[in-house]
Amino acid sequence: MSVEILSRLQFAFTVAFHYLYPPLSIGLGVMLVIMEGMFLRTKDPHWEQLTRFWIKIFALIFGIGVATGIVMEFEFGTNWAAYSRYVGDIFGSALAAEGIFAFALESGFLGILIFGWNRVSSRVHFISTIMVALGSMFSAIWIVVANSWMQTPAGFTIEGEGMQARAVVTDFWAMVFNPSSIDRLTHVLLGAFLAGSFLVLSVHAWYILKGRFVEPSKKAFKAALILAGIAAVAQLFSGHSSAKLIAEHQPAKLAAFEGHYDSLAVGDLYIFGFVDQKKEEVRGIAMPGMLSFLTHEDFEKPLPGLRSFPVEERPKQVNFVFQTYHFMVLIGMGLIGLTLLAGFLWWRGRLFDYPWLMRIFAISVVLPQVANQLGWYSAEVGRQPWVVYNLLRTSDALSKAVTAEQVWFSLILFTLVYLLLLFLFLYLLNKKIKHGPAFSEKEEEVPSYSKRY
Amino acid sequence: METFLSIDLRVWWFLVVGAVFSGYAILDGFDLGAGALHLFFRREESRRIALNAIGPVWDGNEVWLVIGGGALFAGFPEVYASVFSAFYIPFMLFVVALIFRAISIEFRSKEPMAWWRLTWDIGYSAASIVITLLLGVLLGNLIQGIAIGPGFVYQGTTLDFINPYSLLTAVTTLALFTMHGAIYLAMKTEKRQHARLTVMVKNTSRFFGITFITLTMVTLIYIPQMADRFREHPILFLVPAVTMLSTINIRRLAEKRKYWQSFLFSGMVSALLLVLVSIGLFPTIVPSTIDPAYDMTVYNSASSFPSLKNMLIIAAIGVPIVATYTIFVFWTFRGKVLLDETSY
Repeated sequence: MSVEILSRLQFAFTVAFHYLYPPLSIGLGVMLVIMEGMFLRTKDPHWEQLTRFWIKIFALIFGIGVATGIVMEFEFGTNWAAYSRYVGDIFGSALAAEGIFAFALESGFLGILIFGWNRVSSRVHFISTIMVALGSMFSAIWIVVANSWMQTPAGFTIEGEGMQARAVVTDFWAMVFNPSSIDRLTHVLLGAFLAGSFLVLSVHAWYILKGRFVEPSKKAFKAALILAGIAAVAQLFSGHSSAKLIAEHQPAKLAAFEGHYDSLAVGDLYIFGFVDQKKEEVRGIAMPGMLSFLTHEDFEKPLPGLRSFPVEERPKQVNFVFQTYHFMVLIGMGLIGLTLLAGFLWWRGRLFDYPWLMRIFAISVVLPQVANQLGWYSAEVGRQPWVVYNLLRTSDALSKAVTAEQVWFSLILFTLVYLLLLFLFLYLLNKKIKHGPAFSEKEEEVPSYSKRY
Repeated sequence: METFLSIDLRVWWFLVVGAVFSGYAILDGFDLGAGALHLFFRREESRRIALNAIGPVWDGNEVWLVIGGGALFAGFPEVYASVFSAFYIPFMLFVVALIFRAISIEFRSKEPMAWWRLTWDIGYSAASIVITLLLGVLLGNLIQGIAIGPGFVYQGTTLDFINPYSLLTAVTTLALFTMHGAIYLAMKTEKRQHARLTVMVKNTSRFFGITFITLTMVTLIYIPQMADRFREHPILFLVPAVTMLSTINIRRLAEKRKYWQSFLFSGMVSALLLVLVSIGLFPTIVPSTIDPAYDMTVYNSASSFPSLKNMLIIAAIGVPIVATYTIFVFWTFRGKVLLDETSY
């Protein structure tokens, strides 16, 4: 395999693995603020124990998120040196701002969150929780800004030619608020809220099913359900807004989302389907004209199709982009249905009367995770062959000094290490959840090794 | 050319990047050193105390590396791109070691079995040592220069990074960090463990003194141009003089049981060594061993002026905030380690 394919594989693998954790930290961060805030307001010891329990899980998730995140920062330089030279002026700024404004805030206060219970007042502890939650959101802001700039570059000029060409910032705020920043950031944050709240929902649904910690679990479940419901519904609007934006700025990507080839035809919206990339057509069930309607409020308006772009300027993996995009939407719809149903039952006072509902919630923790992953796959593969849209090709972004053997070495290394890491993470998470929060006074009798985790 | 206080913005940014990496050396230096010494503690409780001494702060310390990487990327993208792609294998080993270290710290306390804890103790200690050595190797290679050719693209081979000089800087870095870590742990521990650590402080500071003198002599003999800047501006000789005196002071204060002051000086020495290297190289950041025409300097590898200006504003806002709450966190966890239900 070529250095390009290997480097892309490695980046995709390491970033996908990394992205299992930050959305959980962001969503859980918000849940922690809610739980600890409730504790300070009501003085209900249940909320305190819930906060303590989830901070321990947060710490586990956060630790792996940071460790796998440094890999990403280094890979820009190791594998994508030409890219780094080209965008250093812009992408580097965002990355540095992320480090100084976000990571420092998160890591600094995390120590107090975990170890500071007996050392600071409850108010200072709560402020630390808010700082950690803010820090995790700030990191999303800067990295999504950087990624959005790669999708819809703005506020820059190109200096030099050929190999010496560099993107140079001309307007910092235009670069930060490039056309897709806000929409994509909203989409990412909502996805993260879903990931975090569904983890809480899942664990407490499981406790309720098992008849353990039932009272506090009901409280936590309801709090998480509110966040999940709001985020799920808001995600629909955010997704719609993002898609309209893509229609305007990255028409080839939108065409790939729906496998839309013919520029003279109206855009159909597929419920599901299969893209035959050879024949350049889609087989499946579609709502005719719906894509045109959603992007231009007009069922009759033709949309630019993939054929109107030269073959070397459109994504190759159309079916992959189509499927990942459609599964993401499908899961999003499912999450809306599930949270609305639960909300309805709560209103009727029967939220906890149906074990099957709790069972669904217990396993539904994977759904937002999968949707978050799929969303990124379609966004990033749909941008190909560009790494910076219409400016720099992925194949031109590689490190010239790096050989295929070197990338093989690191790819195998990461695969082994990450598999081990995932296994251990799931094992310990499972153990910690089974152990559960400490609600009884007998806590003192628990042997010391299990006290923190 | 744009300036601030009549100093070129690129030079300012060089100072910022240097300051961040110095901060990293001071902060992560002691917890890496503590990790390197970890297996010298035999008893379970001693190991827990050693681990919890760095528990609340190691993550925050490591963030300085992330900030440093970002600052280098933002300020000197050419250096970032060339150095990282040139040292592909060491950087990959470096990140894997960082991952192992993080999970060793996190996972160790999750199971009571002796084999489980020993596994993560070894993982933690080995990863700390590997990280420290690789940092030293990188520093050594930057001082000697690397095979950078046209377009700042690296022309060397995969294993060029291993050479006698870089191994010497690696050992020196290990000596420095273990000394720094031993002083930190001495400050945080009590009774028998504290007594053992006072011996370790002695041994590691002796070890550092020897490696530091050796490294200085080898550098002056084999890379004499490192001293050029000092000869041009004799006032700069103050820096090595202060470094020497501080090094002596570390030992002197530790023997007087003034660990906190001693720790400040060992932190200062960690930073001063980077300052010495920077002065020796300036305005070059990475010398080319192929042709001085390909040297990467502060002036030919920096970002645009508008970008540097934006970043300086960001740094001016961000760094004081970070410094403030870093001090707050260290203040919160001051004093000897107390194990409680939240400890590792």
